[in-house]
Amino acid sequence: MDKRNSKSGLADRIPGKVWLLLSFLAAMLLWWVLSIIPATSRAFPNMFKVLGSISTMITRGVLWKDISSSLISVFSGYVLGFVIALPVAILMAWYKPVRFIIEPWIQFIRNIPPLAYVPLIVIAAGVGRKPQIIVITIACFLTMCVTIYQGVINVDETLIKAARVLGATDKDIFIRVIAPATLPFILTAIRLGASVALTTLIAAESTGATAGLGMRIRSLNNSFEPAPMLLYIIIIGILGITIEKLIKTAERRLTSWQEKREI
Amino acid sequence: MAGEARDLMNKENVCIRIDGVRKVFNGRNGEMVALNGVDLDIHDNEFICVVGPSGCGKSTLLNIIAGLLEPTEGKVYCNGKEVTGTGTERGVVFQQYALFPWLTVKKNVMFALEMRGVKGKEAETEAMKYLEMVDLAKFADHYPKELSGGMKQRVAIARAYAAEPQVLLMDEPFGALDAQTRTQLQTELLETWQKKKKTCFFITHDVDEAIILAQKVIIMSARPGRIKRIVDINIPYPRTQETKMTPEFIELKNEIWGQVYQEYLEVRK
Ligand SMILES: Nc1ncnc2c1ncn2[C@@H]1O[C@H](COP(=O)(O)OP(=O)(O)O)[C@@H](O)[C@H]1O
Ligand SMILES: [Mg+2]
Repeated sequence: MDKRNSKSGLADRIPGKVWLLLSFLAAMLLWWVLSIIPATSRAFPNMFKVLGSISTMITRGVLWKDISSSLISVFSGYVLGFVIALPVAILMAWYKPVRFIIEPWIQFIRNIPPLAYVPLIVIAAGVGRKPQIIVITIACFLTMCVTIYQGVINVDETLIKAARVLGATDKDIFIRVIAPATLPFILTAIRLGASVALTTLIAAESTGATAGLGMRIRSLNNSFEPAPMLLYIIIIGILGITIEKLIKTAERRLTSWQEKREI
Repeated sequence: MAGEARDLMNKENVCIRIDGVRKVFNGRNGEMVALNGVDLDIHDNEFICVVGPSGCGKSTLLNIIAGLLEPTEGKVYCNGKEVTGTGTERGVVFQQYALFPWLTVKKNVMFALEMRGVKGKEAETEAMKYLEMVDLAKFADHYPKELSGGMKQRVAIARAYAAEPQVLLMDEPFGALDAQTRTQLQTELLETWQKKKKTCFFITHDVDEAIILAQKVIIMSARPGRIKRIVDINIPYPRTQETKMTPEFIELKNEIWGQVYQEYLEVRK
């Protein structure tokens, strides 16, 4: 990063964009090698077959339906999870009884893979869109709640005191101290939540979904079509990294006042 | 009790009266008496420094005066009214600066003004005046993270002044700064204090700092914290760093240091 350092090595003098391109080419090369080694060639069809499967899936009339269906589930579950996590996290941070009753269970459930409890949710909520959203909501809620809660309890006590001696009321303190102090954690929660929402997608769509990226991968597995499967996997990856990049940009804008911190 | 007698002796206005304050904390190892039987009058425009070994209850006393802590027994009065919580007539400067990191320097100062009901453009121009007072107008649009420790503390002092308190309570405000910045800020604080008269209650563990700043140095004893002695510093203002070479300064320093040192030894036992 440091451009003033003239003695920086080769790695620093090559711009980031070039590295990105090199990294891409290296992955393509690896992919190509995998596609010609007999042992792996069946799981990794070459890139032309995979690109070709785009039109196959469009012709079958499922590609856009799958993408939009997954995005609707992911987005709904994610937003719902956040809307529930925010007040619960604040209540947990402020009221010890709420914390002592809820927190152990959040930690407990958080460590169970969603795939394990999906059948229960299907029994309770039936098949279709509803159980998908419920599964993603639960997963997002757990992750975001823990992160936001950490943020609220970690608000520097001295800042609250400083505001109070300047004459701030409880409302002033909430709006002008606790909210901005917690914002970085909320943004981190939003980013972690997005990644959880996507990783939970496959589990969510094992609930008898009729469309969706995760559902399609399973059905392509049954019909043994590795090329479109790989295509779908790559689409999930691209969605994930795009969402993460967008949120990170927002994060940097909104919290540039911070001393360096990475989660 | 002793209050009436003290009233007769002092014609000046009593700004803060501490009356029989005792503070007990319920810690893990049972009860902990942090302060016991503390009586003190702070008069208007007085500069008082408090010294004592760490853990003797200096911060506890300051927090009680600020209204951030409640005494277990006894009372604190401000202008004759019992203190029951924080109040804008009592400003605080913390050792850890306590600037809002998400606000620029100017907005930090404006926070104090807005809490007083000064709004918009007026708050902005007022804030700039206070920043000029601490010589930081150039940094108005910087964020705290871009400032050095000394600059941060000057912003904190400007913000405290902007609230226009009657008393400034300062808890080792220069404790985290290097020696040079420290002496510079001492000089600046004295200049400001002389220009804009204000009552100052200043905690430090640095005896030199206490003598150069204060009209009265209060020596506290440890376990339980109480006032051991009050030493009047009759060196005229303005005081400079040269003051530290004068015989009267050195004599006071020996005396106060001796008293404080005894307390350090007590604590180590
Ligand atoms: N909130 C608290 N709970 C329990 N004990 C405390 C608390 N605050 C301070 N103390 C104890 O009270 C004593 C005085 O503390 P403090 O006023 O911070 O001392 P000083 O500022 O002189 O170093 C110390 O022994 C400290 O451990
Ligand atoms: Mg202290």
